[in-house]
Amino acid sequence: MSAPNTTPTREYLKPPVTEVGVLGWLHGNLFNTWYNSVLTIMFAVLLWKVVPPFISWAFIDSVWNTPSEACRDIEGACWSIIPQNISFIIFGFFPDGEQWRPGSAMLILLGLVFFSKNSNHWKKSLGVYWLIGLVVMGTLMYGGVFGLQVVETAQWSGLPLTFMLSFFGMVAAYPLGVLLALGRQSKMPAIKTLCVVYIEMIRGVPLISLLFMSSIMFPLFLPEGVTIDKVLRAQVAIIMFTAAYIAEVVRGGLQAMSRGQFEAADSLGLNYNQTMRLIILPQALKIVIPPSLGILLSAFKDTSLVVIIALYDVLKTTKVTLSNPKWTGYSTEAYIFLAVLYFICCYAMSSYSRKLEKSLHTGR
Amino acid sequence: MNETEKQTAVKTDQAPIIEVNSMHKWYGDFHVLSDINLKVALGERIVICGPSGSGKSTLIRCINRLEEHQRGQIIVNGTELTNDIKNIEKVRAEVGMVFQHFNLFPHLTILENLTLGPIWVRKTPKKDADEMAMMYLEKVHIAEQALKFPGQLSGGQQQRVAIARSLCMKPEVMLFDEPTSALDPEMIKEVLDVMIDLAEEGMTMLVVTHEMGFAKSVADRVMFMDEGQVVEENNPHDFFDNPQNERTKLFLSQIL
Repeated sequence: MSAPNTTPTREYLKPPVTEVGVLGWLHGNLFNTWYNSVLTIMFAVLLWKVVPPFISWAFIDSVWNTPSEACRDIEGACWSIIPQNISFIIFGFFPDGEQWRPGSAMLILLGLVFFSKNSNHWKKSLGVYWLIGLVVMGTLMYGGVFGLQVVETAQWSGLPLTFMLSFFGMVAAYPLGVLLALGRQSKMPAIKTLCVVYIEMIRGVPLISLLFMSSIMFPLFLPEGVTIDKVLRAQVAIIMFTAAYIAEVVRGGLQAMSRGQFEAADSLGLNYNQTMRLIILPQALKIVIPPSLGILLSAFKDTSLVVIIALYDVLKTTKVTLSNPKWTGYSTEAYIFLAVLYFICCYAMSSYSRKLEKSLHTGR
Repeated sequence: MNETEKQTAVKTDQAPIIEVNSMHKWYGDFHVLSDINLKVALGERIVICGPSGSGKSTLIRCINRLEEHQRGQIIVNGTELTNDIKNIEKVRAEVGMVFQHFNLFPHLTILENLTLGPIWVRKTPKKDADEMAMMYLEKVHIAEQALKFPGQLSGGQQQRVAIARSLCMKPEVMLFDEPTSALDPEMIKEVLDVMIDLAEEGMTMLVVTHEMGFAKSVADRVMFMDEGQVVEENNPHDFFDNPQNERTKLFLSQIL
């Protein structure tokens, strides 16, 4: 607090009492003008009307794990719908008794994702882990070896399907999007036109129509006898769709780079690939972390659209549960559960992106 | 290879390191550079000055092909600049460039900024590149900042890093494009001192600058450009004390 000896002493006063502490905060943030005071009071009343009833519905009058009959006579929430149906909601039509397989595949995927979050682990060995992980996950899901029963992809459903479609959708779409963005910036007219046409065409149609095309139209063009797996087709459609949006976001990042950065790289004698990989993309991709995350989040949520081509993701398995006469009428509880599930995933992604942004910040 | 080339050039004292023959450049319809002829001998220090828009920056940017010329010839260290990208990259590796706005890579540390070129273009092992980078950082009196990022340094420090970055490529020639114009007055001197050191070590330098003190004390030759042409060219003594051309006189009277 005391001033350094080298400068002439000067008195440092404390700010007035109404500016600091709880009182200062209240005054500054809730009651600083008359209309803010009115808004504060109105909002407090609203909270009072909404929050206590919700709490008593959700937590006090509710039941948590009972047969559906017990839910008939209560005022509160019937959370029992979740634990009573959990294995169908999560694993869908995966054969009973084999559900440990998608369960452990999901755990492996989550484990690898968490492991990859740490930038200290970004080495060559990480790629090897992923390769091993993918093979193990594939084996667990499909089976056919080590005495595991074969489970066709048509039976893959629920949360593993959601995770799979969204995770591989994002991971494959990002590099593809970067390539498209670079292609759109290219000086070679053929490549540029191709990329522009691709991006604009994909962005011009809804994801639903792409999924329809992949599931209904695309097989018509294949020679007889050749079939491509339906899940794979949906996966490709999601990748193609997401990549086009990523491309435009990345292009924005590329345009934000100053000409000086290109010139400095050129003047060192770096070639195009080196310039992009070492100088331009690391900076451009960092700039576009927030909008990229937006696209990845909506890609994650949009995977629920695969219901229209009769794939049963976690949203659809929940709906199927609700169509069971025993549990009809408890959709609020089921959808709240789903919302929480989606929120946890999205929030994890969003907080990771903020962390990543912070760790890449270099003071400018 | 480069070492032997360098030695023979010094010995025979002929083949100029840079040769520009009746070079023209247009931006669209605008004739920016007209009939430029320039020969730079190894070890020569040339200062190029002139009013803004006179084409002096464009000229030195043509020498490492950051700008394309449309007519005439530019030969750097025996390699003519054409559309051949391999030749261009070769020339760029031999010619260092320092920019007005430093253009350091903000996502890399100072050390990484310096070692990038040696590692990726010269294929120097990382350890050797690090050692060399530290040596040059010491030379520009900034070794203690090696692990910081460019955004954490002052303008003068950044410009000295930029000079060291170019030196790490062991260039035959250094181009300076108004290296002190974006700096606060008190930082200009630290950068000029580094440049004077370089000149004294015999580096071939082409400097676009408004620092006439630097021109007087360091340059072998001063070129004055106006409207895309070299108007006057002389040794600094005659250039400043006895300018021939009216436009040179006017320019000098305004800035001195």
